[in-house]
Amino acid sequence: MRTILYLIRKEFLQIFRDKFISKAIIGVPIVQMLLLVPAITFEIKDIRLCVIDMDISADSRALINQLEGSTFFKIKYSTFSEEKANNLMHRNKCDVVLQIPSEFGKNVGTGNPGKVLATINAINATTAQLSWAYLNGVLRDYNKNILLENAGDMAVSSIPQIDITNRYWYNELLNYKYYMLPGILGILVTAIGFLLAGLNLVKEKEVGTIEQINVTPVRKYHFIIAKMVPFLIIGLVDLSLGLIIGKITFNIPFEGSLGLLFLASAIFLVAVLGLALFISTFSSTQQQYMFVAFFFMIIFILMSGIFTPLESMPMWAQRFDIVNPMAYLMRINRMVMLKGSTIHDISRDIYALVIIAVVFTFFAVSRYRKTA
Amino acid sequence: MMKNRVIIVRNLVKRFGKFIANDNLSFEVYEGEIFGFLGANGAGKTTALRILSGLSEPTSGEVIVAGFDAKKQPEQIKKNIGYMCQKFSLYEDLTAKENIMLYGGIYGMSKTLIKERTDELLDKLNFREYGDRLISDLPLGLKQKLALSVAVLHEPKIVFLDEPTGGVDPITRRQFWEMIYETAYRGITVFVTTHYMDEAEYCDRISIMSDGKIVALDTPAELKRQYNAKSVEEVFIKIARPKP
Repeated sequence: MRTILYLIRKEFLQIFRDKFISKAIIGVPIVQMLLLVPAITFEIKDIRLCVIDMDISADSRALINQLEGSTFFKIKYSTFSEEKANNLMHRNKCDVVLQIPSEFGKNVGTGNPGKVLATINAINATTAQLSWAYLNGVLRDYNKNILLENAGDMAVSSIPQIDITNRYWYNELLNYKYYMLPGILGILVTAIGFLLAGLNLVKEKEVGTIEQINVTPVRKYHFIIAKMVPFLIIGLVDLSLGLIIGKITFNIPFEGSLGLLFLASAIFLVAVLGLALFISTFSSTQQQYMFVAFFFMIIFILMSGIFTPLESMPMWAQRFDIVNPMAYLMRINRMVMLKGSTIHDISRDIYALVIIAVVFTFFAVSRYRKTA
Repeated sequence: MMKNRVIIVRNLVKRFGKFIANDNLSFEVYEGEIFGFLGANGAGKTTALRILSGLSEPTSGEVIVAGFDAKKQPEQIKKNIGYMCQKFSLYEDLTAKENIMLYGGIYGMSKTLIKERTDELLDKLNFREYGDRLISDLPLGLKQKLALSVAVLHEPKIVFLDEPTGGVDPITRRQFWEMIYETAYRGITVFVTTHYMDEAEYCDRISIMSDGKIVALDTPAELKRQYNAKSVEEVFIKIARPKP
């Protein structure tokens, strides 16, 4: 036990003696939070619309006005040439081309269904679907208005319709910052644990100091634990820093227990540190380590559900996430922060993280060889 | 009189794939002696030394160091030895004192004992003003001397030195050898590899390696007599001349 303390002391001395690292430990979380949280959003405003109004009737004008009145659309171009519209789309000058055929007004007036054609740039499937959904919303309102006008006062009450009133729980205003921030906190903690600790061990290999350690009676798990503890502490300090910035700058709601969030992050850090040190036992240069670590980090982050909901991933990907510690942390962070979940609600995720942490740490200790 | 054997090596073989680094080595080292391991670069000295100190596993053969089997109990060996590598390996970004404290702690020395030894050691090396300097700021000679002091800080039975004087000026080398003598005088067996032939003269016994084999082993005086040579260097050139 005393040995571990001596080793931990040595690690801290080295970390804080490195002027760059000690500054980065403070700087990175600040920049990450201030930059990523407001930047990553799925909200779409000002969809650029190109309208081809072949009808030029009161009805088509009304539809266009309604689109213009919505906050989502901005009518950028108006033309009579389909070719010109397509060209605009091709040059990425507009996102949606709305074509109103010449019989539109006549059809609407005579009670026949009016038809319009919307062409949507679907390079980004998500924005395309959202644009379509917004467009649909506007058209629905428009339809309702036509019905009301044509049917007259008398009939209004007799048109059967279902009116939905919805409430968004846990994030009433659908504020994307609230959704992203708990995730960014996870990324922050990962970066510290994954990159710093692994590189630290590989550097000892490169410089040769690990040889001097290996020839002492230091126990393997002492050495590995001493490599973990400093970065575990630094990771949690960075988490606090991130939370403070979140509170001050974005006024992030915090419904759950702070202690629970830190507990989950601590277990998560052990898992990530275990994996990092495991990888570093295979690597003989920092370059090798970075390459492999980066590969893992990208996979873990992109498959964690931070950007895309886990439920919409294919089944095999969801199964993979059983071993992805980030997937658990993402869920825990969001549930605890936004929903106020208690330890009972997230106990399964916590157990899973504990198992991953134990397994990865075991791998790291057993793969680390003092005698080659 | 039967001398106490602290290292026993019998038929040690170490292979790296097809390459045989140590080809059937057999020798013994006695308690308290300075045992020199000579050979050209690539003769297999460092490989043998790494096996003796528990850093590398022998392919076959019997290796007993400080009473423990290198194959089965490398960690027991590590408790009883000190080690200093040709590539300087104290922590460059720690101060001299911090390095001493770290290794003292690793070997389970008490805080007061570490402090005592640190003072003693810094005094002895006239090192006082360097105690709080980073190792990276020290000249090579000082680093090497400090590394040796740290390697024997915990009073091991044997200390392994792998080309400890590489790249050091003659005066510092001299001082370094004085330290080695003093270490041996304290009862610590010194196992040292070198390719400086003048240093071989300082050893109690030397073994000369060539192409993974031990080709000669005796006291420097006896070897010189056998080969009718004036110096160990001459002996070395006579028997270990690399193949053209």
